[in-house]
Amino acid sequence: MTRPLTRPPRKNPILRTRVPNLPPGSRSRVTLGLTAAAARGRLELQTCRDCGTVQYPPREACRVCLSQRLEWKVQNGTGELLSETTLHHSNELFYRERLPWRLGMVRLDCGPVVVAHLHGDCVRPPSRVCIHANIDRAGQAALVAMPEKDTPNMADDRQLREMTCDPKFRKVLITDAKSPVGQSLVEAIVKAGADLVWAGYAEPWKKPPGFERLSSLPQVSLVPLDLTDSRAVKNLAGEIGGRVDILINTADHHRNYGINAREGIEVARAEMDINYFGLLRLAQEFAPAMRARGADGQSSAVAWVNLLSIFALSNFPPHGTYSASKAAALSLAQCLRAEFAPAGVRVINVFPGPIDDEWNQALPPPQIAPSRVAAEILEALRGGAEDVFPGDVAEDWMARWRDNPKVLERELAAMR
Amino acid sequence: MTGGRAGYDDVVVTTPVTVPYVRYSMRGAHWFLARALTGLLKQSGLGKDRIDGLCVSSFTLTPDSAVGLTQHLGMTLRWLDHIPMGGACGVVALRRAARAVQSGDATAVACIAGDTNHTDSFRLNLGTFSQFARDAVYPYGSGGPNASFAFITDYYMRKYGAKREDFGKLCVAQRANALKFPYALMKKPLTLEEYLNARVIAEPLRLYDCVMPCAGAEAFLVLRRGDAEKLDQPYARLLATIERHNAFPDDPIQYRSGWALDCDELYAQAGVGPRDINVVAAYDDYPVINVMQLEDLGFCNKGESPDFVRRHSFTAEGSFPFNTSGGQLSVGQAGAAGGFLGLVEIIRQITGQTIGAAVTKARFGLASGFGMINYDRGLCSGAVILATRQQ
Amino acid sequence: MSNAVLSQLVTDLAAGRIHVVDLTQTLSPDFPQIVLPPEMGQAWPFRIEETSRYDARGPGWYWNNFSCSEHTGTHFDAPIHWISGRHLPDNSTDTIPARSFIAPACVIDCSREAATDADFLLTVAFLRQWERRHGRIPAGSWILMRTDWSKRTDPVAYQNLDETGQHTPGPGTEAVKFLVDERQVLGFGSEAIGTDAGQAFHLKPPYPCHYYMHGSGRFGLQCLTNLDLLPPTGAVVIAAPLKIKDGSGSPLRVLALVPSPDTIAQANERGKKKSTRKRNVVRKKR
Repeated sequence: MTRPLTRPPRKNPILRTRVPNLPPGSRSRVTLGLTAAAARGRLELQTCRDCGTVQYPPREACRVCLSQRLEWKVQNGTGELLSETTLHHSNELFYRERLPWRLGMVRLDCGPVVVAHLHGDCVRPPSRVCIHANIDRAGQAALVAMPEKDTPNMADDRQLREMTCDPKFRKVLITDAKSPVGQSLVEAIVKAGADLVWAGYAEPWKKPPGFERLSSLPQVSLVPLDLTDSRAVKNLAGEIGGRVDILINTADHHRNYGINAREGIEVARAEMDINYFGLLRLAQEFAPAMRARGADGQSSAVAWVNLLSIFALSNFPPHGTYSASKAAALSLAQCLRAEFAPAGVRVINVFPGPIDDEWNQALPPPQIAPSRVAAEILEALRGGAEDVFPGDVAEDWMARWRDNPKVLERELAAMR
Repeated sequence: MTGGRAGYDDVVVTTPVTVPYVRYSMRGAHWFLARALTGLLKQSGLGKDRIDGLCVSSFTLTPDSAVGLTQHLGMTLRWLDHIPMGGACGVVALRRAARAVQSGDATAVACIAGDTNHTDSFRLNLGTFSQFARDAVYPYGSGGPNASFAFITDYYMRKYGAKREDFGKLCVAQRANALKFPYALMKKPLTLEEYLNARVIAEPLRLYDCVMPCAGAEAFLVLRRGDAEKLDQPYARLLATIERHNAFPDDPIQYRSGWALDCDELYAQAGVGPRDINVVAAYDDYPVINVMQLEDLGFCNKGESPDFVRRHSFTAEGSFPFNTSGGQLSVGQAGAAGGFLGLVEIIRQITGQTIGAAVTKARFGLASGFGMINYDRGLCSGAVILATRQQ
Repeated sequence: MSNAVLSQLVTDLAAGRIHVVDLTQTLSPDFPQIVLPPEMGQAWPFRIEETSRYDARGPGWYWNNFSCSEHTGTHFDAPIHWISGRHLPDNSTDTIPARSFIAPACVIDCSREAATDADFLLTVAFLRQWERRHGRIPAGSWILMRTDWSKRTDPVAYQNLDETGQHTPGPGTEAVKFLVDERQVLGFGSEAIGTDAGQAFHLKPPYPCHYYMHGSGRFGLQCLTNLDLLPPTGAVVIAAPLKIKDGSGSPLRVLALVPSPDTIAQANERGKKKSTRKRNVVRKKR
């Protein structure tokens, strides 16, 4: 039975902060396919196209027929727990600091036998479990055996929390809490049990509907934050940076112009200044402290979320300059992910399709509700994914992009 | 599949050498292997230039393999092999060397295995142990094979009703054997009480279920009988050998290995049965592997080793002399030398050159090897049966 | 003659008989920027990026790069800024004759009215009443509308936006036409974010101050402060925009030269004594 998480005691300020260590992160290239799928919240294993055998560990040729036509396919992860152990000793620093640690050997219904982290509520073998693939602190896929059916306080399992970025009892900065997505997120994060939500806002003289209501929530603290102002970002980081466990960058400047639809660079520059340079300013000021706190107790720094756009993958010409700014932000977010890697802080990139707000008014449905974007961000934080594609349009464009980016480019160009 | 395999004619095994084990050393593997070679030459009287074949096993020789060693030690050879098979390397080295000498490809093959041990070499070795281990085991935290063998032990105990006391009895007996062995690193007696209550490592494994990594080396020579007699070296005849890799791949968890497939052939080739064996050395990286070998090598039926263990005593003077130098669990595991340790002890028992506890009238000895937890199970298995010079 | 005036000016400045009053708000990222509907091009707020600060980027020095609009903070509007002035000669910041940048100022105190009515519009009647007290507005003067709006240091209060837009005081259409046609002023200055009132879009024509002032080659000053330190007449304002090629305006330092309060008191005294002596002399003559 997982004991529900309790609020950790206040940190003793004279004690040294534990520095982050990582689980072993080295993988062969073929095994990175597991990580790529886990990044999208999926368990995928190689399946032989010729004889159907499911392979694990990942490999270069089918272990039955030697075929090299191995395809990554989603698996449901159900299986039988055959054997378990609990480590009381480890030569790996990361695990050494987190003993005891429960592991299991599971035979998946689809065939292979896997070594997996074992959730505390999994019954002793023989028993039924379900395997998930989470991104662990090293940024690689880790298999986690979960109980077949949900159990109370399941998310609070000590080992599982090392593979998630749950906001419960954590402190969260949402950089733009005025936008529809920002407002939804503030509510969702408060509901998820965060201790404190700093709700950022720029241009205080512009008050969108709904924003005033947020300040009535006891966990919410409104903080001025203009991502175009380097000194303001620096000052806020000086004030609260050492306490931010999760940073969700929702700031988004979105206009509907291609190149020749509007003269001058001023709109494009504003999009870049917030969407790209805003991220750069934030990262320069907030990332160092978060890196230092990657292993800082139960409420450690765990995640950095970027609200990008599906337009970041492939330019949507009617919103051409906006797409370019989001593509720039995506590239920078990948850099940020690499820079956060040694600290075990996960960078989560969110790629919604058109959000149901004023700037997408002219686009045909389906559009995604701001509350749905917020919900999927929360799901990624509680789960093990790092690339999120909320909504049907995002899923569709992502699938087309993976299938053939050039074809997608043509399809989007035709949508004028 | 039995029959049809050639015997070993007059190929013999001589000159058991152990380079004393130490917990840590600042020397490299080359140093220990050189000492082993020197030991072979001194003990046999052979000059270095008379050795024309070399078989090497080592984890810490990198970036060198056997080839680098030839120039490092100034040897010109007609036959060379490198056996990266962990605990099976002794058996496999003997198999390779025996065919070389039998066919005339070489006349005197030195088989050596050894490793150094620095304070962090265990952890560093692990990262490069195998692709599957790196991709699918070490990320989960064991930092070594403990978790894998804990799984195997947990499964075996549940499937066959084995108790920790059964494993403990073997460990206690091996410690008693080790107390008489001059090179054993463990020098204090072990009681069943201490075994049962020791510090947990990875449930159900506790401290005395695990070997102590150390530095050291083991070696022996493979010659034709005529050459051994010319050198006045006591020798053991090679009756039979088996070897198997990746046996039973579809067993969800390992509870048996290649010996189960090949043990009939082993005894058939040797012309003796399990009851004729006077002394057994099994590869003992963990007690569960000991019992697996006892079952798969025909000393009892599958799943019945708990009962077998309860019925027998395993010291050199007991009803079933077993790991008579103490095994790795009490002597220490000097890397790849652990794969030679049991075989070298059987050579000592069969040739009457024991330095520890002696088994009286040991005519037939069996040494078994096991190794290379590539992912979730040991892939290599093998065994040899040696006999005294008289029939 | 001018030499003596200039050297007197220098002497009086040194002696503190003439004060320099700074009518300029500090340029900082916190200062609010004018808000236009989102579809329009926006004026950049003031932003500043540190280049180095005695560090690895420049060990012995500190300096910054900054960016802003021509119309950020305390700033000058040139005639070319408005459509009505776009074809006039010498209408940009680099072509306006430099002598236009030093001029007398009339300070119209609307602070009481603006305190109760954020949408207060300056009227012709209000101006005529001011003239009855302080004399006719001289041609070539700055008209500075004092509202004490600069005392609203909270940016939200300074902008004073609601669902119907911005609410800040400014001149009514007739007042602007009066100042241009009847008084030939140099330009109009405001403490608020624009010379026109916040709701001036709804006047006829929209933004009459911009329309008529710039349409007649006149200028604007915005985001002024310290107007409450100026006398109603007598201040000399120095307002010289940056010499930007084809510039529509620029942030600038606006200074006012004013007699010190002591000097004013002394002058009043002398004035009184003069008139007393005059009367005495007249009496003696009789």
